[in-house]
Amino acid sequence: MTVIVKTVTRYTDVLILMFGMYFIFNGHLTHGGGFVGGIIVALSFIHVMLAFGKEVALKRVTERIIKLCVGLGAISFLLIGIIGFTKGAFLYNFFRKPGVDYIGEPFSLFSSGIMPLMNVAICLAVASGFYAIFIALVVYKIGKRR
Amino acid sequence: MIQVRILLVMMIIGAAIAIGSTDLICAIVALGVVGLGISLIFLLLQAPDLAILQLVVEIMSLVIMIRAFGMKDTVNIRERRFIATSISVILMGFFLVFSMAAIFEIPRFGSPLMKTSLFYLRNGFRQTGVPNMVSAIILDYRSLDMLGQVVIAFSAAIGLVLIGRKKIHASTANRAEREQK
Amino acid sequence: MVEYFLCMVLFCLGLYAILIKRNLIKIIIGLAIMEYAMNLFFILLGYKKGATVPIFSSLTEPHPEVMVDPVAQAMVVANVVIGLAVTFILVIIAILIYEKYGTFDIRDVNKLKG
Repeated sequence: MTVIVKTVTRYTDVLILMFGMYFIFNGHLTHGGGFVGGIIVALSFIHVMLAFGKEVALKRVTERIIKLCVGLGAISFLLIGIIGFTKGAFLYNFFRKPGVDYIGEPFSLFSSGIMPLMNVAICLAVASGFYAIFIALVVYKIGKRR
Repeated sequence: MIQVRILLVMMIIGAAIAIGSTDLICAIVALGVVGLGISLIFLLLQAPDLAILQLVVEIMSLVIMIRAFGMKDTVNIRERRFIATSISVILMGFFLVFSMAAIFEIPRFGSPLMKTSLFYLRNGFRQTGVPNMVSAIILDYRSLDMLGQVVIAFSAAIGLVLIGRKKIHASTANRAEREQK
Repeated sequence: MVEYFLCMVLFCLGLYAILIKRNLIKIIIGLAIMEYAMNLFFILLGYKKGATVPIFSSLTEPHPEVMVDPVAQAMVVANVVIGLAVTFILVIIAILIYEKYGTFDIRDVNKLKG
């Protein structure tokens, strides 16, 4: 890629990553949620790979880290559900005290029970899954002309 | 609403170009126009959560399709198929007539019948403490659906990496064969 | 009612592409257009004239009677991600078919072995 694309990519990929994390951590207060944040984080990594090539992109975020994150996201979502068994039901909001309205204090960042934890788990599973598909297209040379 | 109708007409024209064009990159870009038009309509119908999601998903789908199909120069052979085309157009006319007869039974556009939604809207903020009602429904009241979504994304990622690996095994098998001789 | 009719016309265009076209890529484009039309139909069903976004901005405002339908939006959030995963799988299978047979025409891809 040309010099202009490489110089601009150095500044914008961190901004896209922070924008995605804003959507994840404020998923319960305003628009957003786990899916939108996860796809935006995956798009920031794809941005680096398209501009610099696959050796530079695979040096920091190696293939072992991606394999770890794909499994970790799905397992942690299931663990949050199983912990709910101690309070009554599968995937029960176990921060809730019976008889008290408004889990936590409303409109603050650490309120509303298990929802921020589920947003982070969904982000890990979705972002590393879609980035792994893109890397498989590039590394295995699917569709390249000989 | 007049804005929704104008955007729908533009999307129908874009979809017709995407289907009938002979150049592949032109067809993929016209599909992008349809997706971005849907995102604008979601914003006009008071659903900004979905507008952001549709925009990002459309960009990712365009990146994958251009990476996969943009470098091929296939020749598109066209021949006349008059009987099949006319039969399918007549059947689609039947479908449109019957669907409009069914749509006149549901409530008018602009006054929906919200029976479960009123329960969620009245008691949701007090029981969960979450201001965003859409997130409260998909993550607290109906979180088994979200478990299904994570399973779908996870199995799509693993399945696609498995399908692409077939070539690696073939090449290592050939190299082992050659070293034995 | 005109909005519902135009949405059904968009659905019929996608159906036409799946039935008649012979190129594999046009079939994938037709399936994507059908999915967009169905998501749009869900949101058209849940719109209320003069209503606003289903998000509370303080403890009592806005009133629950002037909000659009949040259950329809929750269903469409799930549907969009499913559509993305299906499009990915179809695209990669189409590339593998091109590498084996050398063409995208669906009348030539009928060898069962080899």
